[in-house]
Amino acid sequence: MGMTITEKILAAHAGKASVAPGELINCKLDVVLGNDITAPVAIKEFEKIGVPEVYDKEKVVLVPDHFTPNKDIKSAEQAKILRDFAKKQGLTNYFEVGKMGIEHCLLPEQGIVLPGDCIIGADSHTCTYGALGAFSTGVGSTDMAAAMASGEVWFKVPESIKFVYNGEQLNEWVSGKDLILYTIGDIGVDGALYEAMEFTGPAIRNLSMDGRFSMANMAIEAGGKNGIIEADQTTIDYVEARAKRPYKVYKSDEDAKYERVIEYDVADIEPQVAFPHLPENTKGISEVGTVEIDQSVIGSCTNGRIEDLRIAAKVLKGHEVHPDVRLVVFPGTQQIYKQAMLEGLFEVFVDAGAAISTPTCGPCLGGHMGILAKGERAIATTNRNFVGRMGSPESEVYLSNPAVAAASAILGRIASPEEVE
Amino acid sequence: MEFKGRTWKFGADVDTDAIIPARYLNTTDPAELAAHCMEDADPDFPNKVKSGDIIIAEKNFGCGSSREHAPICIKAAGVSCVIAKSFARIFYRNSFNIGLPILESPEAVDGIDEGDEVRVDVDNGIIYNLTKGTSFKSTAIPPFMQELIDAGGLINFVRRRLNS
Ligand code: SF4
Repeated sequence: MGMTITEKILAAHAGKASVAPGELINCKLDVVLGNDITAPVAIKEFEKIGVPEVYDKEKVVLVPDHFTPNKDIKSAEQAKILRDFAKKQGLTNYFEVGKMGIEHCLLPEQGIVLPGDCIIGADSHTCTYGALGAFSTGVGSTDMAAAMASGEVWFKVPESIKFVYNGEQLNEWVSGKDLILYTIGDIGVDGALYEAMEFTGPAIRNLSMDGRFSMANMAIEAGGKNGIIEADQTTIDYVEARAKRPYKVYKSDEDAKYERVIEYDVADIEPQVAFPHLPENTKGISEVGTVEIDQSVIGSCTNGRIEDLRIAAKVLKGHEVHPDVRLVVFPGTQQIYKQAMLEGLFEVFVDAGAAISTPTCGPCLGGHMGILAKGERAIATTNRNFVGRMGSPESEVYLSNPAVAAASAILGRIASPEEVE
Repeated sequence: MEFKGRTWKFGADVDTDAIIPARYLNTTDPAELAAHCMEDADPDFPNKVKSGDIIIAEKNFGCGSSREHAPICIKAAGVSCVIAKSFARIFYRNSFNIGLPILESPEAVDGIDEGDEVRVDVDNGIIYNLTKGTSFKSTAIPPFMQELIDAGGLINFVRRRLNS
């Protein structure tokens, strides 16, 4: 019996020739990640285990990105717990403000996560690294604590769903974000509960690395355990210059078994907007109607990469943000920030009247740097539109790709980039 | 393990932002977190929940973020257990890891109204609705999870293994 890419990676890290869905296994980990919200809890638990050191100083990665630069005294105390622990343990991969980025933009960029890896992170969007052809999933702080000590974690091998995106060419202004929003709209927020989501097909092969990251990033929004895309030349081109250790490319067997196969034709997919308060409430941009907005947010671990900023700048160039709208742009990492600066994208944003932030999760989780008041409405390139996600429980968040978020900022209502002259 | 308590009912897809909004995540203190438990789903919940109460919810409870603060605040608010039609997977793992009992039983969720008195026999996976005089089976807890519970949570389990 053939195996899926997810099963192969899990088997290899469990030291087994093969694994089957439902099996409970113990896997060795290539990376264990935590942030300033989850790691303080994990560090407290780690200290109860009674081992003096983490299992590997290179593989335990800490990124204070959620409430940093520290938004208040309490957050400062949390971030300090990370800093002190990283120093005491001599961690190689601790990223201080100024070198920091949003974890799921930063780790791939720094070559810390690679194809074929088995990774856990105490952050639900750890599934992002599946875009590299790795098995990567989110866990909680206690799992992180146990993994920091042992270098291992238990998994139940998930069933896999195969998604095939047919058609070579995406419609204009359609990106990886739209493919995943469309998929979640189709299967629902628990449509892939406990399962692996394998993204395949000609449209995926033609998708850029940044587009693939956006897709794998939102597997959790369908309840998925992981999202995964087989590595190909696009992946290799991305990791070659960054990898500091060997990696392995795995591919699904022809006769691998899938719980379901779901096929889409990308010709049917236009830019998508997810209405409040669930990512599954999607509509094509042509069906949105008039929805006025107060804020537009471009950034996050879903869409804070250079390609996203280029698209936003392309739409914004020569235009001004609507007088009733605040536009905030959040580059994902310092490297992306610098690249955007060198390419002149910042000039476009500033001329349009946008605020540009240092890399941080900030507004994405209603932390700081762009909180919504009661009754306010935002369009955001982030991944969640739950009640209260960006501020007041009586505010609303709509999710879209960067082109739509930029066009909406100009027109003051949710709009297609085609409407911008 | 057995619990008896009054029930509070919630809908489908209750997410971790509703259970404990991110604006309170600048602390890890369970008592502080408990003061805001379920606040964005029901602003009054932290005031009216009593020790031993049971949460009943539709499908996909705990979806969203990996924040362990979610099961921690539910436990610290005094909730003895959560019964749902299904749980999001990170929430499911976290609950076992920190020792918050959770049970999956679509029948029980349909057969319990808010305010009903319920008794839960966790070991045998049976839920008794004392108000209505009915009972329901829950999905069995996987043997490995049972091992974790018996060891007193994941940290004890790993400590024992690493120090042996
Ligand atoms: S950008 Fe948003 S979704 Fe991504 S890690 Fe930060 S808070 Fe989470």
